[in-house]
Parts: sequence; C-alpha cells; structure tokens
Amino acid sequence: MAEAAQTGQGPLTTIVEDWSSDVTTFKAVPWGKAMMWIFLLSDTFIFTSFLVSYMAVRMTQTDAWPVPSEVFALEAFGYPVPLLLIAIMTFILITSSGTMAMAVNMGYRKRKVAVFWLMFATALLGASFVGMQAFEWSKLIMDEGVKAWQNPMGAKQFGSFFFMITGFHGLHVSAGVVYLLIVAIRVLRGRYDNTSFEIVEITGLYWHFVDLVWVFIFAFFYLW
Amino acid sequence: MAEVGQQHPIKVYFLVWLLLFVFSAASYLVDILEFEGLLRWLLIIIFMMLKAGFIVAVFMHMKWERPTLITAILVPPLVLLVLMYLLAYEADYAWASRIVYFGGEVEPIPDSPPSHASAAH
Repeated sequence: MAEAAQTGQGPLTTIVEDWSSDVTTFKAVPWGKAMMWIFLLSDTFIFTSFLVSYMAVRMTQTDAWPVPSEVFALEAFGYPVPLLLIAIMTFILITSSGTMAMAVNMGYRKRKVAVFWLMFATALLGASFVGMQAFEWSKLIMDEGVKAWQNPMGAKQFGSFFFMITGFHGLHVSAGVVYLLIVAIRVLRGRYDNTSFEIVEITGLYWHFVDLVWVFIFAFFYLW
Repeated sequence: MAEVGQQHPIKVYFLVWLLLFVFSAASYLVDILEFEGLLRWLLIIIFMMLKAGFIVAVFMHMKWERPTLITAILVPPLVLLVLMYLLAYEADYAWASRIVYFGGEVEPIPDSPPSHASAAH
C-alpha cells in the first residue's frame, strides 16, 4: 500500500483503498495518535459550537456589546494599552507551542533530557498563561463588575460567553499542563526508552490544539 | 523506507514559530491601528486562518500525513459552517423581532415620524 502511494497514485484512490483495506485504516499512524486526533475532532465541535452560539447571540441581542479592546485594556506607562494582557498571553502560548514542537523533534532523536526540559518549559509557559487568565478574570469580576449573569457595560450575554469560552479553554490549558508534566517525568525516568517516543508527539498534538483554539478565541472574541 | 515517526528538520519549526509571531503581531496591529468595517474583518480572518493553517500543517504534522487521516479529521468540521450559516441567516429576523416585541435602543415604531412609517408596518 505504501509503495502504491508513492507510485503516483491519486489521493482519492489512496483514501478509498485505505478505508476498504479490511485492516488498520490509518496506516503508519500509531493508534494512540489516531485516537488523539479523533478526540481533538470532537473537541473542535465543542469549541465551534460555543463560538457559533456566541456569534448567534451577539448578532441577535439588542443591547450594546462592550468593545473588547477597551474592556481588556491595561494601564501601562501612564496610558491604557488595548488588549495588552491578551497580547502577552497570545505570545506566551505561541512560544509554548514552539517549545513543544522542539520537544517532539528531540523525542524522535531520542534526546530525552532535552525532551524533558522542553516539555517542562512548555508546562511552565502554560501555567503562566493560566495565571494571567486568573488575573484577567478577577479584574473583570471585581473591578468591572462583570458576572456570568450581569454586565454593567451592556449586553449581559457578554459575561456568560466570556466566562464559558475562556473558562473552557483555560481548563484545557490546565489539563494540558498536568498531562505535559506527567509525560515529561515519564520520559526522563526512561519509561519509553525501549519503545518509542510517539507519546511526546501525541501530547504535542493536544498542546498545539489548545494553541489553535486560542487563535480562534483571540480573533472572534477579543478582536471582533 | 518505512518511517513511522514524524521527523523533520528543525529549521521548518523555527520558520513557522517566527511566522506565528509575525501573524499574531499583525492581527494585534489591526486592533491598535483601529481598522474598521470590512477591512478589519477581512484582515482578522486572513491572519487567523494563516496561523491556524501553519499550526495544523506543520506543528501538528498534518502536511506529512496520509490523505486518509487528513480528510477524516479536516472534512467533518465543515458541517459546522452549515450551522454557522443557518444561525447567521436568521439573525436579522431574530434581532428585528426582539426590537419590535421587547423594545430596545431603537424607538418603538408608533413613536417614529410618519415619513419613516413604511407600508410594511
């Protein structure tokens, strides 16, 4: 089958043959990775449903929607900078995605100490992201008076959607930090020495997905 | 050459990493420079799709997977576009009904000047 794919066989033929081959469909893909992809597919549906319902509510509610770049502005050097904290959080998450990609690369080179430290750095960046989110939430709740059921700046649904969407994403980041630390420690202790380091890639898939979701939240919730 | 793992030159990762920073900075600039209207939405969507595309293609190795996995993962989410379309399609109607029946910022119709009262009402 693999040879057939290399002899100029079209992608459609490959797909049909893979699905009808009566053996493993996803060839050359470890089962753990295939399962992670399917989990991420289901997670895509959850997050998109959140974002689509947010769209529907924002388009149909009659109260004024707060301007995100004003709500999330921070005072810096004496004047308000729009979305300052959000920008920092975005860059932190991208940096962590980069360190994770490096960890996966080092994993396939079997350099486990490098894998450990890169995954540890990724987890640390993830934890700092959650910390900043906690700061953002408390500022919004205490100072601005935004709750899940009320919003002094206009549409009540702003609070509901903000806390639901960023909260669900933050939960994913928090779970990812735990997941990363567990795998990093197992790598260092030599659990995968005699098998393969594909678990690092699977963990990486999850982490990149968390970054991916943030890309959409950043665009649709904070910038729109 | 039956290679199971996804091993690629580090240079590719650094390039994508850099690009993600550039695109994020660019979409942040859209807000700072206060672009409005269609231009704003267009730029936000373009930078968002570029970032998402690079993350999935390179960081998640989709670019090097077999077409079977690529289609199995990337095609199903397209149905979500239908959901989005349906909700956006009736949004104007839902908004207008709320204005008419519950009132809102817009003045109720009977109070508006006669010249504005169209035959539709």
